[in-house]
Amino acid sequence: MKKIQIFGLLIIAVAIGIIVSTAGDASTYVDFGKAQAMAADGDTKSIHVVGTLRKDAQGQILEMEYRPEVDPNYFAFTLVDNNNKAQRVVYKSAKPQDFDKSEQVVVIGRMENDHFAAEKILMKCPSKYENDKLEVIESKTAAL
Amino acid sequence: MIHTAIGNIGHLFVILAFVTALVATFGYFKAVIPSTSPSDQVAWRRFARGTFFVHAGAVLAVVFCLYWIIGNHYFEYHYAWANTSLALSTEYLISSFWQNQEGSFLLWIFWNVILGLILIKTNRFWEAPVMAIFALVQAFLMSMVLGVVIPGIDLKIGSTPFLLLRESMPNLPVWKSNPDFIPKDGQGLNALLQNYWMVIHPPTLFLGFASTLIPFSFAMAGLWLKKSQEWIRPALPWSLVSALILGVGILMGGYWAYETLNFGGYWNWDPVENTSFVPWLILVAAIHTMIIGRKNATALKTSFILAIATFVLILYSTFMTRSGILGTASVHSFTDLGLSGQLLIYLLTFLVLSVGLLIYRWKTLPSDEEEVSSYSREFWIFIGATVLCLSGFQILATTSIPVYNSIAEAFGVVLNLALPVDQIAHFNKFQLWFFLIITILTGVGQYFWWKRTGKDKLHTLYTPLMITLIISAVIITVSQIKTLSYILLLTAAIFAVVANGTILFGIIRGNYRVSGGAVTHIGVALMLIGILFSSGYTRVVSLNNSGLMISRAEEFTANDNKENKENLTLWLNRPERMGNYMLTWRDVRIEPLKVPEYIPKSWVDIIEGDYRAVAQRDITVQDKTYYQKGDTLEIRPENFYYQIEYREPSGKVFTLYPRVQINPSMGGIVSSPDIQRKVDRDLYTYVSMVTNPTAETQWSATEEFTVAMQDTFFINDYVAILDNVVRTEQVDGVTLGANDAAVKAVIRILDKEQEFVVTPSFIIRDRAIGRKAEVNDALGLRIQFREIDPKTGQFTFAVNTTQRDFIVMKAIEKPFINVLWLGTFVLVIGFALAAFRRFRDFLKMRDKEDREGQVPTRKAPKLKPQQV
Repeated sequence: MKKIQIFGLLIIAVAIGIIVSTAGDASTYVDFGKAQAMAADGDTKSIHVVGTLRKDAQGQILEMEYRPEVDPNYFAFTLVDNNNKAQRVVYKSAKPQDFDKSEQVVVIGRMENDHFAAEKILMKCPSKYENDKLEVIESKTAAL
Repeated sequence: MIHTAIGNIGHLFVILAFVTALVATFGYFKAVIPSTSPSDQVAWRRFARGTFFVHAGAVLAVVFCLYWIIGNHYFEYHYAWANTSLALSTEYLISSFWQNQEGSFLLWIFWNVILGLILIKTNRFWEAPVMAIFALVQAFLMSMVLGVVIPGIDLKIGSTPFLLLRESMPNLPVWKSNPDFIPKDGQGLNALLQNYWMVIHPPTLFLGFASTLIPFSFAMAGLWLKKSQEWIRPALPWSLVSALILGVGILMGGYWAYETLNFGGYWNWDPVENTSFVPWLILVAAIHTMIIGRKNATALKTSFILAIATFVLILYSTFMTRSGILGTASVHSFTDLGLSGQLLIYLLTFLVLSVGLLIYRWKTLPSDEEEVSSYSREFWIFIGATVLCLSGFQILATTSIPVYNSIAEAFGVVLNLALPVDQIAHFNKFQLWFFLIITILTGVGQYFWWKRTGKDKLHTLYTPLMITLIISAVIITVSQIKTLSYILLLTAAIFAVVANGTILFGIIRGNYRVSGGAVTHIGVALMLIGILFSSGYTRVVSLNNSGLMISRAEEFTANDNKENKENLTLWLNRPERMGNYMLTWRDVRIEPLKVPEYIPKSWVDIIEGDYRAVAQRDITVQDKTYYQKGDTLEIRPENFYYQIEYREPSGKVFTLYPRVQINPSMGGIVSSPDIQRKVDRDLYTYVSMVTNPTAETQWSATEEFTVAMQDTFFINDYVAILDNVVRTEQVDGVTLGANDAAVKAVIRILDKEQEFVVTPSFIIRDRAIGRKAEVNDALGLRIQFREIDPKTGQFTFAVNTTQRDFIVMKAIEKPFINVLWLGTFVLVIGFALAAFRRFRDFLKMRDKEDREGQVPTRKAPKLKPQQV
């Protein structure tokens, strides 16, 4: 076997190693039901859950708790997953800044007893353009 | 009046630029293919060149039209309305150009035009084949901004920046009542992007993207014309320039993120960052194989693959960031404009064309007759290039996870894969080892290259190795590094500095022009050392050790996770201990445009919905009065600066001003850090929550207290003492006449660690009673002097309370981050030196060929590296 071939094989081996280990590190999107089942099985791997926030008619988020004057590192809210299952989520850090604006929220973490302990929160804010349209209708036309 | 002409002219030039790009492609193609006779080839080339000049002119005209619209504030155009406003200063008006996808495509097209013109000017033989590919790329890019709907099948091609507002949002009711409606002001530029880095980062990055087309085009031309070695000489200087610019562009993005965003770092392994970093890695690998490609056929073949891969990866990156496929996976991808199909066609076209041509020509490429020796310099450089590629492959494999989901979805499979939870840990785990090997190889490779280290001369490496071990032993002991992987990485990086430094010292006396490689390698090693310390030894300084969270004591003891204590609440004017510092939040300040310092917000009254404020007092900064009371001054209305005073144990005081922007379109507040820069470390501070500085204060219901002199009473849980009531001649904001009288109460209020004095006044003026209340923000109190009862000697005060102002902040210390920036400068100098040298080589060779009047058919002579 030529050196170049051995070298090639070695590279392929490393590449496969990378793919396997990437697959091992990759997380998955699940719902809260699955998250609970995983926690019950003792699976502590962190997972992604996509959900929406409960809002009232004025667009205020319901059941949200953040009192920095008491504890700046405790933020809790209720997230409704795609199967309409509501779950209390606790995030032990400051409330993310664009949280109030977000519609869809992805929480990353795991179930712990009665709540979902989030390590990270990703927010999907409404697209800039859709939002612009609304503002124009409300403010600009009223001024005419 | 709606200015429709300029938009129509712009659109016309877009179409002209698209058509000329297609014609130039065809012309240059005809100038290359052998079926055209040599004299016709010259004619076709001249024709294609002329067409490309027209294309260049049209592109410049498009850019000019869009700037005309932006610069003249034609808010009837969607682009101007959505991205600019009247208050925007010139530099941000310039940068608003590449705010949206259309403008950033135009920026890319613009750079391609510039690069194309330079290539036409500098190349003789290569002009036609290279420009054929250039023009084709231009046609694809122009199609992205074409904004043409093909009638009949209702197919929209591209998205034009010249849309009128009424065309982009036809459903607004206003068009029915007033079709000529023009908004008075635009939406403005996203406040986060109003940063000088955002003025220069995108043009640099897009120039980097654009320049990767050059090595690709030369590689394709080399395959096309079967000049499998000759393409390297003209392509190499451009590859170095490209790596330099792309690298600087990426780092500028990192620096912007560090200065402006609040995730506390310069690199987040975000998909958008990764997809521009991977092509850079592959490009650097390509440069290395190109350098040895003239001696080694395996390296030559690899150079083709890598030059093609670099460009295709740039297209892949464009597709990922602009097609919306990343979804929630990235914080800063573009919004989907419905161009994903077009982008995919662009990507696949060039993938198929280039890979197809490479396979078709593969058999004609030379191969090595003998095995490469493990002691040859080619072997070590090749290994280095391979590790660079593996590093890129690992980043790409993970970053593409959202793409796997989409592909699986296309086949009806639901994958539901997500990016790793801790992306930074995931990537660092691999990249640390890749870069450890790469840094060692930079040193070893240079020794093999310059010192002809070989089988019998390995001992030349002993000296740098010894020096390295001594230096790193000292550093490891002094800075108490205990993690094994960090120790190894540090040693490897120091070895690279020492080994490359030795080489540099040797060659710089002979010919500094060839020192580019060694200098670049030293830069990389320094950057790694900077990254190692600033990231590996980041320390959160703002650990919360006040007793506030007692209510949740159980949770805090149960979970040792430090993340839940990293934020600190600061009350206005109340000192709090943080690490070694005593912290006090002093004030909220605003940014006037024509005053050199931030000024307290209380000095002015901000006009709502405007960019001006009215001075409430004389604005005097550094003994100079800039505005009189009542003057109107221009300010940056979104920016508020939180003055945080840091008192060091030595008693030294410094102040940081982390910024908060009130930005409704971004969802409330957006904060940016302020950084205290010391030589050996940065102290990085940002606020993550504030009480809204623009909101009206909400006061509680009035509570009355009737007390006698020296009485103690309780206001909002504070102990208050009425010390005295005295006659006063001066009351702020009130002019007292001869018959008027005023008294003020002196009330002392005791807080935990300090006391405040509040002095509300009671005024009798023209027989009417005036009561001047006093507000104390630190205590959240408003006290009004209501009544004086001369009979009982008692005084009545009305008190309202409010939420006391507070901020939540976080502070991080980043040691030796300056080594990273220093390394960056060294890297830039190294790349520039190398590019300059290779460009001279190219020019010399070209002129020689010109003199001999022939195309380069013979094998290019090898430049021997100088002996030290």
